[in-house]
Amino acid sequence: MKQQRQLFFAFFRVGIFGYGGGPASIPLVHKEVVENYKWLDDRDFNDLLALANTLPGPIATKMAGYIGHRVAGVTGMINAVLATILPSIFIMVVLLSSLAAVKDKPWVQGMTDAVMPVVGVMLAVLTWSFFRRSKEGLGLWKSLMFVAGSFVLIKVLPSPAILILALLLIGLLKPVRKDNADAVGAEREESV
Amino acid sequence: MIYWKIFVAFFIPGVLGYGGGPASIPLVEDQVIDHYGWMDAEKFAEVLAIGNALPGPIATKLAGYIGYQQGGILGAVVGVFATVAPSLILMIFLLGMLYRFKDSPKVKQMTNFIRPAIAVLLGVIAFQFFVESYHGAGWLQTLILTAASFFFLEKLKVHPAIVIAGALGYGAIFLAA
Repeated sequence: MKQQRQLFFAFFRVGIFGYGGGPASIPLVHKEVVENYKWLDDRDFNDLLALANTLPGPIATKMAGYIGHRVAGVTGMINAVLATILPSIFIMVVLLSSLAAVKDKPWVQGMTDAVMPVVGVMLAVLTWSFFRRSKEGLGLWKSLMFVAGSFVLIKVLPSPAILILALLLIGLLKPVRKDNADAVGAEREESV
Repeated sequence: MIYWKIFVAFFIPGVLGYGGGPASIPLVEDQVIDHYGWMDAEKFAEVLAIGNALPGPIATKLAGYIGYQQGGILGAVVGVFATVAPSLILMIFLLGMLYRFKDSPKVKQMTNFIRPAIAVLLGVIAFQFFVESYHGAGWLQTLILTAASFFFLEKLKVHPAIVIAGALGYGAIFLAA
C-alpha cells in the first residue's frame, strides 16, 4: 500500500510538472525513480529509456507503466499510468471552455515561455549524464564517433527508432572483443 | 459503433508514432480530421494549443479529450487505453527478456552501443526547447532562466517541481508581454 502511494505521488508529480509533452517529463521521471525513491539505478534507467525509445507510442506512459509494473505488479502499472495522465486529461476536459478563453492571455503565454528553458536545462543535464556513461563504456574517442554518427543518421533517417534498432542488432551480432569486455566490466564495477 | 472507431483512431497513432507522444500528433490529426471528420483543422489546432499549455503527456491528453467529446467518459477511457496499452505491453514483455540476459556480454555491448544515440536524441530535444524559448521569450530571458534553473537544479539540488513552479510564476509576472 505504501508502495502504491509512493508510485502514485511520484508519477502524479511527473504528470503535473511535465510541461512540453512526454519527452520533457523524462528528467522528472529520472529524478523520482532513480534519485528520490531509488526503484532503479542509473544503469537500469538508461536501458529502460533506450528501449522505450525504440518502441512506438507515448514515452511517458511507457516509462510509468513499466516502472509501476516492476515496483508493484499490474496494480502498480495501472496506478502509475493513471497518475501520469489523469490530472492533465481531467483539467483538459473540465476546463476546456474557459481554457479556450484564457490561452491567449499574456500571462498564460508567459508561463509557457518561462518553463521552456527549465525543461531544456533538465534535458541537457540528462544528455550529459548519458554521454559520461557512454564514455565509461566505450572510451572518449569511440563515444564521440558514435555521437557524431548518430547525430547525422538521426537527421537523415525518417525515424530515430531505425538507428536504435540497427545499433541493437549490431551490438547483438558483433562478436564481443576482449578490450570491449574489459571496458564493460570496469563500468559495471563502477556502477555497482 | 463509436467506441470501436475511437479505439482504432488512437490505436494507429499509438503503434506507429515513434519518438514519443509529440511524434504521434500528425497521425492523430490524420485520423481525427481526415479519416473520421470529428473536427476541422482549426478546431484541432485549438485543442492542440490548449493541450500544449497544460502539463502532462500530450498524446493521452488528445486521446482523452477527443475520446470524451465523441463518446463521453467511456470514449475517453477507450481513447487513452488505445494510445497507451499496446506499446506498454510490448515494452514490459521485451524488458523482461532483456533483464533475464542482462549480465551477458552481448546485452552489455548492445547497451554500450545505443547510449551515445540516446544522448544525441535527448540533446536534440533539449536544443529544441532552447530554440522555442528563444522565439517565445527572447535571448536575454532565455539566458537568465537557463542560468537560474541550472543553478537551482544542479548546484542547490532543488526538486524540479519547485523550479518549474517558480518558472511558471516568473513567467506569469515578468514575461506577460
